[in-house]
Amino acid sequence: MTLVAACLLTAAANAAPAPGQHDTLTIGIAQFPSSLHPDIDPEVVRSYAMGFVIRPITAFDANWQNTCLLCTELPTLENGLAKLETRPGGGQGMAVTITLKPGLSWGDGEPVTARDIAFTWRLGGNPASGFSNANPWSRATSVDVVDDRTAVLHLDRVRADYAQWDQILPEHIEGPVAARAAAPGDYINATSFNRAPVTPGLYDGPYLIAGYDSGSRIVLEPNPHWSGTQPGFRRIVLRHIDNTAALQANLLSGDVDMVAGEGIGLTIDQVLALQKQHPDSFRYTFKPSLTYEHIDLKAENPLLADVRVRRALLMAIDRQTLVDRLFHGTQPVAATWVNPLSPNYDASVPAVKFDPAGARALLKDAGWTPGEDGICRNAAGERLSFEFGTTAGNRLRELQQQVLQSNLKNACVEVTIKNEPARTLFGETLKKRSFTGMVMYSWSSNVTETPLRTLGSSQIPAAANNYGGANYPGFADPKMDADIAAAEGELDPVQRKRIWAEMQRIYADRLPVLPLFFRSEAHVTPTWLQGYAPTGHADPGTDWAENWRPK
Amino acid sequence: MTRFILARCGQSALVLLVMSFVIYSLIGLMPGDPIDVMIASNPGATPEVVAHLRAIYGLDQPILLRYGHWLAAALRGDFGYSRTHAQPVLTVLLPALLQTCKLMLTSFVVSVVLAFALGVWASLKPGGVADSIISLFAFAGISVPVFWLALVLILVFAVTWHVLPASGIGTFGDGGVTDQLRHLILPVTTLALANIGSFTRFIRAAMIETMRMDHIRTARAKGAGERRVVLVHALRNAMIPVVTVIALSFGGLFSGALITETMFAQPGMGKMIYDAILGNDFNLALTGLLFATLVTLLGNLLADLAYGWLDPRIKL
Repeated sequence: MTLVAACLLTAAANAAPAPGQHDTLTIGIAQFPSSLHPDIDPEVVRSYAMGFVIRPITAFDANWQNTCLLCTELPTLENGLAKLETRPGGGQGMAVTITLKPGLSWGDGEPVTARDIAFTWRLGGNPASGFSNANPWSRATSVDVVDDRTAVLHLDRVRADYAQWDQILPEHIEGPVAARAAAPGDYINATSFNRAPVTPGLYDGPYLIAGYDSGSRIVLEPNPHWSGTQPGFRRIVLRHIDNTAALQANLLSGDVDMVAGEGIGLTIDQVLALQKQHPDSFRYTFKPSLTYEHIDLKAENPLLADVRVRRALLMAIDRQTLVDRLFHGTQPVAATWVNPLSPNYDASVPAVKFDPAGARALLKDAGWTPGEDGICRNAAGERLSFEFGTTAGNRLRELQQQVLQSNLKNACVEVTIKNEPARTLFGETLKKRSFTGMVMYSWSSNVTETPLRTLGSSQIPAAANNYGGANYPGFADPKMDADIAAAEGELDPVQRKRIWAEMQRIYADRLPVLPLFFRSEAHVTPTWLQGYAPTGHADPGTDWAENWRPK
Repeated sequence: MTRFILARCGQSALVLLVMSFVIYSLIGLMPGDPIDVMIASNPGATPEVVAHLRAIYGLDQPILLRYGHWLAAALRGDFGYSRTHAQPVLTVLLPALLQTCKLMLTSFVVSVVLAFALGVWASLKPGGVADSIISLFAFAGISVPVFWLALVLILVFAVTWHVLPASGIGTFGDGGVTDQLRHLILPVTTLALANIGSFTRFIRAAMIETMRMDHIRTARAKGAGERRVVLVHALRNAMIPVVTVIALSFGGLFSGALITETMFAQPGMGKMIYDAILGNDFNLALTGLLFATLVTLLGNLLADLAYGWLDPRIKL
């Protein structure tokens, strides 16, 4: 009775807005940022939220091209804004000139200046500040402030990524905080991004944070000092609903207008189901991303040491059917870790096709013949059998795993499923490399990031490197290492692409990892929203949110 | 009485100390550490950065030493910083506690009041029509999974009828009592429906047992009306076992209702503690769990005191 009475009383207050009255956009997110500081605790959801309010100097756009957001022109050798120079102690470095756009202001009206760049570099270079994402700034050994809008960054060596620069921090707000931080870690606890996130002067984007309830919602309102395209909404609310079934219900009820697709909203199967049931209620966009699903193979496993066995495993997997059946063909099959949308992709690298007969033949050639139970054995009587792990409780992954298990069995390969909670898998099994055969998960990278962390021999996690790398298979190839180093320092785009092609060929030949597919971001947006352009990579579409507006 | 209360306070302090060590150790035993979570998606994290971050967060020290530091600071009233919220623990905990109080106390009061009414009504004629219908309702409340009930309520009242908000704690910029109450209706209903069933069954059973006792027969023989017999003579005696159940539930109130909070996006204690444990947020998880333990101990103390009040024969 109480419920019904309350409903009747409040029904009128909850009427849907009339067409043309969309001045507020409510976005559902299934995760919540732990910190709003651009350089602490990097998370996809933090990048997403901060895209509205604080801009990087440069970012990769929806076409995966590096562009200026705060600068006037991308530095290049051709335009003279990037130059090779001899470092004071010898060796070659670079001088990169950043010129800020005129009229840039922080949310409190203070101008954004080159001194803010120098301040961010100083803070990023100080280990005590606790930046977990310090690398973009630690590339520079010194910064010269030429004038209010111009800074020259001197790089420690020749770097292909010299034109990629992150968000800058407001010295007039964060300077005093950093100065007061006495002990290592003090800055993390004291930064205004965490202690006073609604401070307007922290942000230089089209929106400011007007309300912040930790773990619940972030409310954004237009920045009156923003000099670019004027934002299209009076208010944007990021609402945290971490149960995706409840998030879906909120979308249908109109409590949220859209769900972020950058891996922080609904899963792709939920979006596909929603599209089937409500095809006209929302706009559905599937954007292939840099996140690639793959199977790591343990290099030390003697059964996997023969490349013919690894190749046979990949030939036995029908990845296209898997993608078609489970994801309605929205996720492109991967030939290597490089997405076809990447500027470094090489189409000439041969892709392994589904060929179960070929897989069996290859295994026979490697000395494996099917036994009475259908599982292959070698001359020593060993069974071709592996443990196959993934994240327990991830329904889609477990479904994929079952399909792959069946595919492999048809090629006389036995896999024993051994799944673990994500925390155990990533925090223990992969980190300590205690898996014995195959592990399936996804990996995400930046657009032009080399595979150093995942395929570089220096990045094999071990006690000696504090378990810091992510080369979990244990792949070690001197040619790959040399190519990675060369790609990181190659400034000629043509030469760099050639090196990248070589790395992709090594990957395709050696197959230390079985590539499956690239995940697609599944975006659900209202039909009345214009100007929405998802990117599919680490620089989220919110970096261009001023272009979002109602029809 | 005073000696009893002081002794129980001393026992509670000891339990809290032991619990703090057990919880700290158990969280420490979980695989991975906060830095693993932090660097999982960070291509820029070199082994040197990882080592430095571990030192900054004190994770390079043995767990016993870390616990000692935490305990010393906690005794000074400093519960440290929450890593997953980047704020002092109490700054995070207090709003969550307030939200939990709103949600849980409202649902608790609604559950207890309705359960008393239904339980007493059902006990008047065991096996009668009212008893059968109330029992059916109670069993349904006990059996239906909370997440399913929550989803059904959202689908009916928010998605289909558009009369109540599906989730959240209020509309930004409104903040009025009516707006907050509207956002509480569905989660409170979910929790109340789940609790009413078990409370009703306990009250019904206790009342049926009491109504068979000699003093009830005596009261009737002395000409007391049925209303007086039930409400004055039976209900007070039936309260003793019910108080035990309610007191134990009281402790659970402040550790939140994880599923309901998750489904309705209510940032309360249950969700906060769960996320803190998963995020390896030692300080927040530990403080939240210790607070829940403290409230449970307090609930038990209150129950013991209530026994003495309800039945003067019980000496504390």
